[in-house]
Amino acid sequence: MKNVNSLPGPDDIYREVLPNGITVLSRSNFNSPSVVVTGFFEAGALFDPDEKLGLAEYTSLALMRGTRSRTFDEIYNALESVGAGLGFNTGVHKSGFHGRSLAEDLHLLLELLCEALTTPVFPKTEMEKLRAQLLTGLAIRAEDTSDMASMVFDNILFKGHPYSRPEDGFPETIREIKRGDLVKFHREHYGPRGMVIAIVGGVKPEDAVKQVKRALGGWQNKHQKNTPALPSLKPLKRTINKHHRIVGKSQSDLIIGTNGPMRRDPEFMSASIGNNILGQFGMMGRIGDVVREKSGLAYYAYSSLSAGLGPGSWEVSAGVNPQNVKKASELILDELKRFIQEGVTADELADTKANFIGRVPLSLESNGGVANALLNIERHQLGLDYYHRYQGLVEEVTADNVLTTARKFIDLDKLVIASAGP
Amino acid sequence: MTHTLIQTTLSNGLKVLLKEVHTAPIISSWLWYRVGSRDEIQGRTGVSHWVEHMQFKGTDQFPANILDKAISREGGTWNAFTYMDWTAYFETMPADKIDLALRLEADRMQNSRFLPEEVASERTVIISEREGSENEPLFLLGEAVQQTAFRIHPYHHEVIGDMADLRTITRDDLYNHYRTFYVPNNAVMAVAGDFDTQSMLGRIRELFERIPAGREPARLARPEPAQQGEVRLAVEGPGSTSYVQVCYRFPPASHPDFFPLAVLDSLLAGPSNLNMFSGGISNKTSRLYRALVDKEYVVSVHGGAQATIEPFMYTITMTIHPRRKPEEALAALDREIQRVKEEKVTKEEITRAIKQARALFAYGSENITNQGFWLGYAEMFADYNWFETYLEKLSAVTVKDVQRVANEYFKLQSRVVGTYIPLDRKGSS
Repeated sequence: MKNVNSLPGPDDIYREVLPNGITVLSRSNFNSPSVVVTGFFEAGALFDPDEKLGLAEYTSLALMRGTRSRTFDEIYNALESVGAGLGFNTGVHKSGFHGRSLAEDLHLLLELLCEALTTPVFPKTEMEKLRAQLLTGLAIRAEDTSDMASMVFDNILFKGHPYSRPEDGFPETIREIKRGDLVKFHREHYGPRGMVIAIVGGVKPEDAVKQVKRALGGWQNKHQKNTPALPSLKPLKRTINKHHRIVGKSQSDLIIGTNGPMRRDPEFMSASIGNNILGQFGMMGRIGDVVREKSGLAYYAYSSLSAGLGPGSWEVSAGVNPQNVKKASELILDELKRFIQEGVTADELADTKANFIGRVPLSLESNGGVANALLNIERHQLGLDYYHRYQGLVEEVTADNVLTTARKFIDLDKLVIASAGP
Repeated sequence: MTHTLIQTTLSNGLKVLLKEVHTAPIISSWLWYRVGSRDEIQGRTGVSHWVEHMQFKGTDQFPANILDKAISREGGTWNAFTYMDWTAYFETMPADKIDLALRLEADRMQNSRFLPEEVASERTVIISEREGSENEPLFLLGEAVQQTAFRIHPYHHEVIGDMADLRTITRDDLYNHYRTFYVPNNAVMAVAGDFDTQSMLGRIRELFERIPAGREPARLARPEPAQQGEVRLAVEGPGSTSYVQVCYRFPPASHPDFFPLAVLDSLLAGPSNLNMFSGGISNKTSRLYRALVDKEYVVSVHGGAQATIEPFMYTITMTIHPRRKPEEALAALDREIQRVKEEKVTKEEITRAIKQARALFAYGSENITNQGFWLGYAEMFADYNWFETYLEKLSAVTVKDVQRVANEYFKLQSRVVGTYIPLDRKGSS
């Protein structure tokens, strides 16, 4: 092998915190003629009042509908004319952005990012166009068995907690939001404190940082509010089963699961390895083997771990014929039972460890892959040497760790079983 | 960046393309077969896709469970795709592990088992895959439009096949299809990544050259006759959102007009992204967005053509604004199509389309898997030179070319218009 890139580490990740609080991370990749700019800031759906749920997302999607210096059409004309892209998104804790362009157009991308973040004007006509698009999106969501099963699941598992609410809101809450709400949300929650930007691609890190300083280094917002603390989560007391009916569909989506660890919990790695064995490895792990390969009940059947800044979830999902929901549920419950009774075998553990270590170069081959890795490091305070330590973190997990973690989180008498379909 | 690229054909007819790329310690290996849903007769629709599924069910040397575990254990990723014109299998692996993928593909080119019990369990998996698609209004609409546009040509059915056939296709149907089309002289091996060309070629010869050539499989030849007038259809289904698909007849990818049409697509609907492993860009300043979304006839509009061997379609898909009727959106679309036929586009618009294509190619080049994909993909409908000279060909497009192809291909009388009419049934817990 020649000219092999090493994994990102303290020696080639450039990190600088600007005086106004923005953290910039950068890594160059001169094999690529393009560049990715991505990041997050403290303006997530946590701030949404119940009656205006969807406000954070509405605000982030409206940022590029017009700024003090450009109209919606002018913003996108500048971007699309050079084949660049820039978009915003919203999660519970943070909102974020993702952009890319040819390296020669990085200055333009940052200029537009800066305008959208700092000087949006939320034109009334554009707000209404966007509202119709959001409402159509929600109408489509109401007919989507996967989206609705997931909403039912979160609503039960996180009852009374902000995680129970969909970030994109409901039709009635989107209709409630006025232009003034967006202006206020922007004034109170958009600011440099807590913002992180990663730039990866055909640019020198020092140049990238210089350009970020020029664009956003002078940004201040004395009104920026602190993110509220998460309330504690009430644990499930028993298994709750709920079906959401959507007439006329030919397939149902099923989700069975419970709470999982936070990303920063010590159990995260053992849960992640356990989850891989349960419903990921090869063609969707043990769950895929039983539900898809042996029983032929589903095209997809897998498990997933959602571990972020707050309490996570551990879910098994499958798309099955409506007649087979019960049968698939029973097979999944049997596998969960086996998982917490017997744990994993030495061979399974070795396979998954090899997979976790071996797949790292693939996940880091594109600029976007590296940029996401840098953001993850920063979001969860993993340390710039995380990828250098990663192999050790994987290798130290034992079968006992996996079993203890599985038993800590999975209780067969306290599950959520959510489905949506006819 | 310099790349070494070679193309050669082994004595058994297997075409091999190798591209050395030393940007990451990764190799992506692709094996392409010239078989897809357009090689299926009625009664056996979906057989190509089902064969693709069976290729993951193992050989004597690599039983099913061993296969996927072996790839995953090495940190690789693998998958397969069945399309109208082709079926492709790929593995992307850490560079020092690629031999596993090569051995596996050589083995399953001729030794897949197709056990009856595996066929039986895969039948219900594929039926489930189709049922999942049937949940989507745009699948139902797209299927109806395609079946209407192609009455004679085998492009008329969806790759997944008709439910009636998925219930009745036999193990022998599958196995015969496999034996007929999975021969080295009907395949292209394309490998990109961190290897030495001569060693890689040597290893491919060692593993693949001993597989005997088969009879050259014949492809179905049933040209679609010219359409005599616009066809409109409606599909009803659950939901509260209407969709309209408008399909115009387009030339194959190897036709010179494909390039001015790509420019036209870029300025009408935003550039189509032909990369399989890298996303596209927004289309908010395309002509159709400005005329339809900005003016609130629709909430989204997308257009695109696919690179096919034989003439296929350019499809415009509109999600209708809740306060509008599908006919209003269609009328607004027609005004925009008429404009591009009557008025010359500007030189700036062409320059812009070329820059957009250049950026999309740059994004795609970050990824070894995508580079491996292009090596073989272009061979399926033209040759690799098609890909390498794509930007040059776009640069040669003139204002006059664009106007000519707009008039030649965007014809009312040869289009199909499909509308999805939602029945607005509400869900209840």
